Amino acid sequence: MTVAPADNLVTVTIDGVEVAVPKGTLVIRAAEQAGVAIPRFCDHPLLEPVGACRQCLVEIPDAGNGRGFPKPQPSCTMTVADGMRVETQQTSEPAARAQRDVLELMLINHPLDCPICDKGGECPLQNQALEHGRGQSRYDGVKRTYAKPIPLSPQLLLDRERCVLCARCTRFAEQISGDPLIGLLERGAKQQIGAFDGVPYNSYFSGNVVQICPVGAITSQAYRFAARPFDLVSTVTTCEHCAAGCQLRVDHRHYEVKRRQAGDDPAANQEWSCDVGRFAFASARGDDRLTRPLRRGPDGLEPAAWPDAIDAVAAALSRAQGRVGLQTGGRLTLETALSYARFAHAVLGTADVDFRARPQSPEEAQFLAAAVAGRGPGQAVSYADLDRARRVVLVGFEPEDESPIVFLRLRRAVLRHGLKVQVVAPLLSPGSRKLSAQLIPAPPGAEAAALAGLEGLDADCVILVGERLAGSPGALSALLAVARSSAAAWAWIPRRAGELAALEAGLLPGLLPGGRPWDDPGARAQLAAAWGIENWPPAPGRSAVEQFQAVLDGQLSVLVLGGLELADLPDPALARRAIEKADFVLSLEQRRSEIAQLADVVLPVGLLEETSGTFIDWQRRFRPVAQVVDRPRSGLTEIRLLSVLAQALGSDLGWRDAAGAAAAWDGLPAWTGPSPAPPAVPVPAADRSAAAGAGLRLASWRELIDDSRRLDRADELAASARPVAVRLSPATAARLGLDRPGAGPVELVGPAGSARFDLVLDSSLVDDVVWAPARAPGDRSLAGLGLAPGDPVRLSSGGDQ
Amino acid sequence: MTQPLVPVLTANWGQERSWKLDSYVAQGGYRALRLALGRSAAEVMAEVKDAQLRGRGGAGFPTGLKWSFVPQDNPNPKYLVVNGDESEPGTCKDVPLLMASPHTLVEGVIISAYAIGAHTAFIYVRGEVLHPIRRVRQAVEEAYAAGYLGRDVLGSGFDLDIIVHAGAGAYICGEETALLNSLEGRRGQPRLRPPFPAVAGLYASPTVINNVESIASVPAIIARGKDWFTSMGTEKSKGFTIYSLSGHVAHPGQYEAPLGLTMARLLELAGGVRAGHQLKFFTPGGSSTPILTAEHLDTRLDYEGLAEVGTMLGTKAMQIFDETTSVVRTTLRWVEFYKHESCGKCTPCREGTWWLVQLLHKLEAGQGQDGDVDKLLSVCDDITGKTFCTLAEGAVACVTSAVRHFRSEFEVGYTTPAWEHLPYDASALFPVESEGGRA
Repeated sequence: MTVAPADNLVTVTIDGVEVAVPKGTLVIRAAEQAGVAIPRFCDHPLLEPVGACRQCLVEIPDAGNGRGFPKPQPSCTMTVADGMRVETQQTSEPAARAQRDVLELMLINHPLDCPICDKGGECPLQNQALEHGRGQSRYDGVKRTYAKPIPLSPQLLLDRERCVLCARCTRFAEQISGDPLIGLLERGAKQQIGAFDGVPYNSYFSGNVVQICPVGAITSQAYRFAARPFDLVSTVTTCEHCAAGCQLRVDHRHYEVKRRQAGDDPAANQEWSCDVGRFAFASARGDDRLTRPLRRGPDGLEPAAWPDAIDAVAAALSRAQGRVGLQTGGRLTLETALSYARFAHAVLGTADVDFRARPQSPEEAQFLAAAVAGRGPGQAVSYADLDRARRVVLVGFEPEDESPIVFLRLRRAVLRHGLKVQVVAPLLSPGSRKLSAQLIPAPPGAEAAALAGLEGLDADCVILVGERLAGSPGALSALLAVARSSAAAWAWIPRRAGELAALEAGLLPGLLPGGRPWDDPGARAQLAAAWGIENWPPAPGRSAVEQFQAVLDGQLSVLVLGGLELADLPDPALARRAIEKADFVLSLEQRRSEIAQLADVVLPVGLLEETSGTFIDWQRRFRPVAQVVDRPRSGLTEIRLLSVLAQALGSDLGWRDAAGAAAAWDGLPAWTGPSPAPPAVPVPAADRSAAAGAGLRLASWRELIDDSRRLDRADELAASARPVAVRLSPATAARLGLDRPGAGPVELVGPAGSARFDLVLDSSLVDDVVWAPARAPGDRSLAGLGLAPGDPVRLSSGGDQ
Repeated sequence: MTQPLVPVLTANWGQERSWKLDSYVAQGGYRALRLALGRSAAEVMAEVKDAQLRGRGGAGFPTGLKWSFVPQDNPNPKYLVVNGDESEPGTCKDVPLLMASPHTLVEGVIISAYAIGAHTAFIYVRGEVLHPIRRVRQAVEEAYAAGYLGRDVLGSGFDLDIIVHAGAGAYICGEETALLNSLEGRRGQPRLRPPFPAVAGLYASPTVINNVESIASVPAIIARGKDWFTSMGTEKSKGFTIYSLSGHVAHPGQYEAPLGLTMARLLELAGGVRAGHQLKFFTPGGSSTPILTAEHLDTRLDYEGLAEVGTMLGTKAMQIFDETTSVVRTTLRWVEFYKHESCGKCTPCREGTWWLVQLLHKLEAGQGQDGDVDKLLSVCDDITGKTFCTLAEGAVACVTSAVRHFRSEFEVGYTTPAWEHLPYDASALFPVESEGGRA
């Protein structure tokens, strides 16, 4: 918490305890400072006060002006005044009575179904009724009854009988996430929460209302009747679904995670989480979970004994003599990534390492090595900087889809501090609209020019860029140039939780751990000394795409692939050909996958919840990952497995677990030598073929909820995805003859195939650009069609054939 | 008090087509507007302030003082909002005025808006009263056509638009912040204060909200002067007002008289309680003001006099009940109204009125149990002073005052249905269809 300057403090006396709090503090918050918990339902520190439940009444014998209030006052709406005296239920019988009276009324219509209520055992109403209420009800009338439960969305169920109408959920939807799809209906005793007819409360953040509901009125399908709170074991950890760095509280029972809730980290997610972080945790519970090694035999992959599988891998890796490419994806903790790095450099003798299971470019690798790697929290933008900024420019970055908590924080700054958001994009997305963002229209490929053309930037501005800029030549170079010339701050926010850790661990061609440039002899010498590396390969290593090409060219013979999905790769067809051609492919996976099916040996690795470690969030804070379940179904953690493989190869990884890896990380001296040169790709000339209206270009990104495998076994969550559709400007649709009402689906045609989509006309969209979600259910991945953002694409009337 | 009745607002109600512009002008209408436009806005505001006009909507807050709270340096537009959401049981003064002489209000709105510097004014009328809404709309149209509204009113350089808005049927929208929410198209529920409407009201801009009768009184004050106005009434309750009498009274209707005459005098003017009956109890200012009985006939009907006996002048709506009336039944009907009209925002009102109705139903049906009257009072106590707005205070006031004066009659409900104790037919003013014998 920031400390307010002393002249901004007022002194109030609460139950005889003097506290100094900033001007404008609510009495209920000041009481917390004084160690007094006033009962409350509608009050929530992150929502605007409403004063609806009236549970927090206190006496104010002196409002600071010598006069008191004749009646009890709600402490959740009244702000402190210097010299104010407050008496809560602890010292004032009238205050205690007022609270008891309100609680009695709160309970007259509340059902006595606590024994079957999800909230029972952790219910603010239960707790406060016990602490502040009467022992017995005097109400002998008829209770209000409703049909229960009714769905608010595929995920959320509403039990109106339990609702105390505190309006926390509706205020959250309106004030925090900006999806006001639930509201108060009817009036008086019939007042109730509800959604619009036929419009489910599908929001990326809907699960938060379950958590902030002070009763069991809103429950989730995911956790309904799954456990009793007092039977759960809670673990505080960090979410693995994006780089936002959210603290989570994961609850498990009988070695199975039952639910995940937002933790309270003021420096990151505050008390919120996105629905993916909350509900996507069961994807590895299906039949495809790998628990034993698999080895390719005459009839395909067959279960193998651990020693046999290890021996087979060791033999293949020995034979390869360093001609091994290693790709890890963006899911690893720092400790695991560092283990892969050491395995590659010190055990295999290869520099062909890449964590990027996504579009990539040499410019990006240069950018990451020169300007991103090796920076700590003090050298990076933070959430607090977003609160303080005057203007934020988003480029190649769609926060609601790619880093939802960044979106929430931006929205809060827009509403509270008047932050101005600009977005360099081909269209105003739903998220941009909720940020009241100004569109700086840019067709795909024009990001560099747009960045170079930004005006009025200064040190109060922040530019946020996403990993997608790798696909826009010159953009990352332009970012560095404009930041240098304007003093604007900037941050690169990748989608995946493990990308920054992998980068720090040096899983990028041309880079060594700790931001060391591979081609700096001093850097190599430091690492060689630390890890006992004797020989370095002649060149600084190949990117993921180059590795696949090198396999096809016969320069690499073995691929070690951990946690990759074919569909995520920039060129899935190329990858498949390389995997099929390689002499040997080792796949390290939690679940069967397309790549695992093509591998020669598949080694099962543990789930994140079965291990511990560290993620590095986009603010560069080290966030602890705690082991949740201590009885793993898979045999070995990834680190242990790499250590075993190293041993089988007659080498030594140097550690066997996360703690060992962490110690090794801490033991690496900070790199103080020169950074690699930043990229200097020129701003590409405007593309005249697109400007002439000759063809269509593709714009795309991945939506938060798509056909990702992480959403498996979270069907209600998947059902809350946005409707899948491609978007066109009305003018372009008219030019293509696709604007007839009821024209039906359209066919998006790429070099490797075509797929059908619904068409939505969007007047914010740049002409001659079609926007499509990168991944959609039903084999409609753009990569699968041979398409990447910026590519020319054809769109034809789907007709009704 | 020499002159019992002083027709000012009601003076033209009997005229032929009194709601039309020509009729109103023929009676001297819009003369005050010309006078006001000839003076500075500050002078007009001072005149109203010095006349000591107090809000006629119930609270009695000095109108001129309220106007002076509007910050003149606020960059946002200033708004005048007229509260015509008259919905309280018994209250019937604004709607007859809107029906009979809408131009009185329109003229008042123009003068008041001029005084506070508003260029847009809203008249929010209860949605159920369609005919008066049409009359007000027509009056506004006529005023535009005559140059009293629009750009450059009567060549003065002052611009004003009036928007007539029909409510959607909620008593709570008479509460000024709920009214503002409703006017903005939001849910009709009261807002947190601060900010107060004078600073951040309609569309977060400085807003004055006055009752119809308050604004309608302004032209007379301007035309005849503050001295004339303050010559009427009592020390702190100046001027005249409209009293509305209904129920068991010989001649129900609106009586315009100076503040401070007694209930006895007012009843006398209305021909007394219906023939052959005696007064049992009455409301002084609508159903939300604690009831009084025959022993209060000599109480002064002004803000202070009624406060002294623990009630309020409110909307000066006297509902008069004679000895045939079941106070239990009457109270139940009122509380049913408040339960129906509770907006639901805060717990005590929403749940408390639900409970009160159930308790009163039991007592009406003779199914009460020993202790239920105390429980009734205790539930009232649960509610009172704890709600978000004052609507619930009204709901509770009718119960507590009725029990205070007629406790034994409530206790009859432990054994005997109210319709047996005081047969309902006896209190009917005209024959009604019997509903299971208890209509």
